[in-house]
Amino acid sequence: MIELRHLTVGYGEKAVLSDISQTLSAGQMVCLLGANGVGKSTILRTLSGFLPPLSGEVLLDGRDLTSLSLSQRSKSISVVLTERVEVPYMKVVDLVGMGRSPYTGFFGTLSREDKSIVTEAIEMVGISCLAQRTIDTLSDGERQKALLAKALAQQTPVIFLDEPTAFLDFHAKVSTLRLMLRLAHETNKTIFLSTHDVEMAIQLSDVLWVVQDGQIASGTPSLLTKNGTLHRFLEAEGISYDAEERTLKIK
Amino acid sequence: MKTKLYLLALSMALLSVANVLWGSLDIPLRDVWQILCGGEVEGHPAWSIIILEGRVPQMLTALLTGTALGTCGLLLQTAFRNPLAGPSILGIDSGANLGVAIVLLLLGGTASIGSLTVSGHLLVVIAAMAGALGIMALLMLLSRLLRSQVMLLITGVIISYVTGSIIQLLNYSATEQGVFSFVIWGMGNFSSVGIERLPVFCALSVVGLLLALLLVKPLDALLLGDRYAENLGIKIGHVRQMLLLVTGLLTATTTAFCGPISFIGLAVPHLARLALGTSYHRTLMPATMLIGANLALMCNLLSALPRDGSLIPISVITPLIGAPVVLHVILKSNKN
Repeated sequence: MIELRHLTVGYGEKAVLSDISQTLSAGQMVCLLGANGVGKSTILRTLSGFLPPLSGEVLLDGRDLTSLSLSQRSKSISVVLTERVEVPYMKVVDLVGMGRSPYTGFFGTLSREDKSIVTEAIEMVGISCLAQRTIDTLSDGERQKALLAKALAQQTPVIFLDEPTAFLDFHAKVSTLRLMLRLAHETNKTIFLSTHDVEMAIQLSDVLWVVQDGQIASGTPSLLTKNGTLHRFLEAEGISYDAEERTLKIK
Repeated sequence: MKTKLYLLALSMALLSVANVLWGSLDIPLRDVWQILCGGEVEGHPAWSIIILEGRVPQMLTALLTGTALGTCGLLLQTAFRNPLAGPSILGIDSGANLGVAIVLLLLGGTASIGSLTVSGHLLVVIAAMAGALGIMALLMLLSRLLRSQVMLLITGVIISYVTGSIIQLLNYSATEQGVFSFVIWGMGNFSSVGIERLPVFCALSVVGLLLALLLVKPLDALLLGDRYAENLGIKIGHVRQMLLLVTGLLTATTTAFCGPISFIGLAVPHLARLALGTSYHRTLMPATMLIGANLALMCNLLSALPRDGSLIPISVITPLIGAPVVLHVILKSNKN
């Protein structure tokens, strides 16, 4: 479980979001929604430990994130980032194998156990047939699954993903989100991701975080529908939110 | 994969032998062997000197220089995530050049490289190292600001121009002898190390290479980018400092002793990737080292082609081999 206590995130002196107090529970897929520039990536970067919090704390199972060593952190949190991974000749199985780095020895050689964990991670995301393909031959959706498998191989209780469904075609978006939902439920991991695929997130996720006007509202999609958060977030000129069907309509 | 590495090691061994056998003077194989075993050939006392103080140190110098430059290129390409990075393109060896120029042209005056004492030569190495490290530090700093890979390369080219013009200025005010020795040094030469400086050269190169081998795991993680690497538990700042130190040491050592040698650092890692079909440093680094050694030994053989005892400068040969490889890389990345 991850607890944010009066957390303020931002760069240098400049706070992007202030005084966030929220929790992320194990076994749930939580989607972070918000317009461009509201600070979604900043939250994710702070929670991943890439950015120091400006104030407040992030508690990981009760322990302050900033007090963890790099090695402890790498065994607690894994990430899938927006930056494109392009490495010539790297196979899917190699990429997923990188997820074992926190556990391997000085030269990074994979043990038999590491290798079986890698195979298992690839199976879990359903791309076993692609294991020996080089990553430059993958479609965007397949690549995203390979990166997710890397995160699984890292065997962390928490996975953060920054816009994992961007650039994917419609089917790939749905299958990636479904996959993450299933993984969160089956493996009891905390899966927290930012996305612009609002409709899918409302229909699929366990919990939503909606960033609007410098505030974060969180809750199940039905709660946020009932209390009007989603209406406020979505209803704009030309768009309406159908609370019954949980769909968006263009007027 | 392993077979390929063994084959490369075998060819390196064969080329090393060829380097000792081949020269402007024909010495029979049996006599060479006898000299190497500590004996002397009757009636030809000079042969011992040619083999033991000429060809063997030159072979070792070529071998280590190729290994060091290839390794440098690989470290730089991974550190900057840029396939066109290399000690010469990024201007790192021009930093080393500048250090050497200051010592030779400004401080050394008329002293030629050949007549420098070990301590004098150490001074050249230290100056080259300071120059190389300075440029590396500057590049590391700029690489945080410059997101584009092309911009970094252009920066490297600009750095080379600036150091070049400072060197010109130094040349302008230096003595004729100083300019001459600097020009000769600048042509690149595996024979300038010689028997007396060989231990220092070997020690510095081997230390640099061993340090490079220690970086194999973090380098693999860096392939994915800084953030992924950090998330995998790699201390990025620490690794970058080590990379700075190792590439500085290796570039400075080879440049100070053998002159600026272009293209080997840039081309060799690509040849290694092509030959092994991997980006993993665990296998790529040994392969790069072996291919670098092979290539430099080959260049050294080619440089001794004229039968009149003169040597073709190394800096004439390496671009002819390296440039096609680099063109191939550019065309390939253009296709992607």
